[in-house]
Amino acid sequence: MSPEINPLALFVASIFTSNILLANFLGMCSFISISKDMKSSNGLGLAVTLVLFVTAGMNWVVYNLVLVPLGLEYLRYIIFIVVIASIVQIIEMIIDRVSPRLYITLGIFLPLITVNCAILGVSLFMEIRQYSFVQSLTYGLGSGLGWWLAIMLLAAIRRRVEKAPVPAGLKGPGITVITIGFMAMAFIGFGGMLPVQ
Amino acid sequence: MDPTAFLVAPLVIAGMSAGLAALISITDRYVNDYGDVVIDINQGSKKLDVKGGANMLVTLAESGIYIPSACGGRGSCGECKVKVNSDVGPHLPTELPYLDEKQMEQNIRLSCQIKLKADVGIEVPEYLFNIKKYSGTVESIRDLTHDIKEVYVNLGDEEVSFRAGQYGQFEVPPYDKIKERTQRAYSMSSKPSDKNHLEFLIRLVPGGIVTTYVHERLKEGEKINIVGPFGDFYVRDTEATMICVAGGSGMAPFKSIFYQGVENGLFEKRDIWYFFGARTEKDMFYLDELRELDSKYERFHFVPALSEPEPGTDWQGATGLITEVLDNYLKEKISTETPKEGYLCGSPGMLDACMSVMRDNDMAEEAIYFDKFA
Repeated sequence: MSPEINPLALFVASIFTSNILLANFLGMCSFISISKDMKSSNGLGLAVTLVLFVTAGMNWVVYNLVLVPLGLEYLRYIIFIVVIASIVQIIEMIIDRVSPRLYITLGIFLPLITVNCAILGVSLFMEIRQYSFVQSLTYGLGSGLGWWLAIMLLAAIRRRVEKAPVPAGLKGPGITVITIGFMAMAFIGFGGMLPVQ
Repeated sequence: MDPTAFLVAPLVIAGMSAGLAALISITDRYVNDYGDVVIDINQGSKKLDVKGGANMLVTLAESGIYIPSACGGRGSCGECKVKVNSDVGPHLPTELPYLDEKQMEQNIRLSCQIKLKADVGIEVPEYLFNIKKYSGTVESIRDLTHDIKEVYVNLGDEEVSFRAGQYGQFEVPPYDKIKERTQRAYSMSSKPSDKNHLEFLIRLVPGGIVTTYVHERLKEGEKINIVGPFGDFYVRDTEATMICVAGGSGMAPFKSIFYQGVENGLFEKRDIWYFFGARTEKDMFYLDELRELDSKYERFHFVPALSEPEPGTDWQGATGLITEVLDNYLKEKISTETPKEGYLCGSPGMLDACMSVMRDNDMAEEAIYFDKFA
């Protein structure tokens, strides 16, 4: 049975109180490497949101209408990844067509969304928490927006940090991870305000 | 337990994968269909209606405009530069190593890296319009060494005019697992006055698509296509001493240059040193012909060198790496007073090593000429 949570509440929760990045620490690799630059962060945030929304829906359909009736739940990891990889491929082609500039800016990180843990994480949470179709969609979209928000915040902070006197040994990823830690603590303040399961 | 149960999981995975693959193909079909685009060359001097979606180098070649490309469009030679007048997006990371700041400013691009998505205006040198695809018949194939073949192609009634030292793209048909026609650049070794023929020296590169074909399949009498001529590796019209260095099939452009030289009096006009390096005696070729030139012309000096001469053979020439021999001659035998020009042809490693030897001996970098077929 799906939990009785208003899809809209789930949407808000996944952006703020249970942010996929700052509460669950998923999707860190591209989060750290791309957040150097606001423009690319914005593009990647958009791409992740798009992929999350579409894959959450697709994977819900595949899981509940194909895998569950056939008793093949144990195949979910393989199937989820195959679905995600294909969706990323398709989105890649569309972005290349619609906005070649964004395509070039995202470069290698666009195909790398395939192995972004946040994407698989959302699909697995959706299955573990037994979300309904609508809940999955709002949770997927919300998580994407949450990820986008988090990377934009981090990119903005990093721009300030660049000018700050950071000890040599902490420059780059070091201070970034510490920054993320502070951000996560701030977000944890909201933890549990809205239930997600 | 129902035996069909074992089939369900593989079938589901296969079915899902097939369905998603189909979805990708359909998207590819519609999203990557860029329709027809117009390429405007040299501000209206030529307009091409072509199909979009492929890279510019290939599309131009299909319409009979052959931009020079030594690597065949893999983005590793940086030869296929064109000036692009319309917006085709920022420079790609794959282009950056081959462009300097000035070229970036003028929006010079590598045509093999640019996908045609919309109408585009480009500028290319007019002489490129003279580059053609020649079809000929293989007249003879001769083994020069255990791994170098001399391929002589008859162009029939067609005439070709090129400068000694230039190269052509040798095209072979699909074979085995190679599904498309493949071109690779080889310097012409025939003399330009032989207008109905082109000759190439092709060394077997393990795993090379074209060289393997030439060595294992190409037969006399076979039809073959050659696109060309390309390149700015030719003898500059000065009186400077020519320091020529070659290894292996790098002999080709020099054969062409020297045989033309016999006809146009190059050897009377200037001093020429020709260093040719090989590993062992079985890698040497054209020795007699070149030694004959050496004894006939006072100003031509042929220096063959073996890096690993087999003990017991009576090798008469120099020994050691070609760079050592070159260094030695530049320091001791060749006049340091006269200006010099360097002409190099061989593997990228050999080119770099010879370049640094030449630089160390005060030769000007602008006066060292070479083709990089990497």
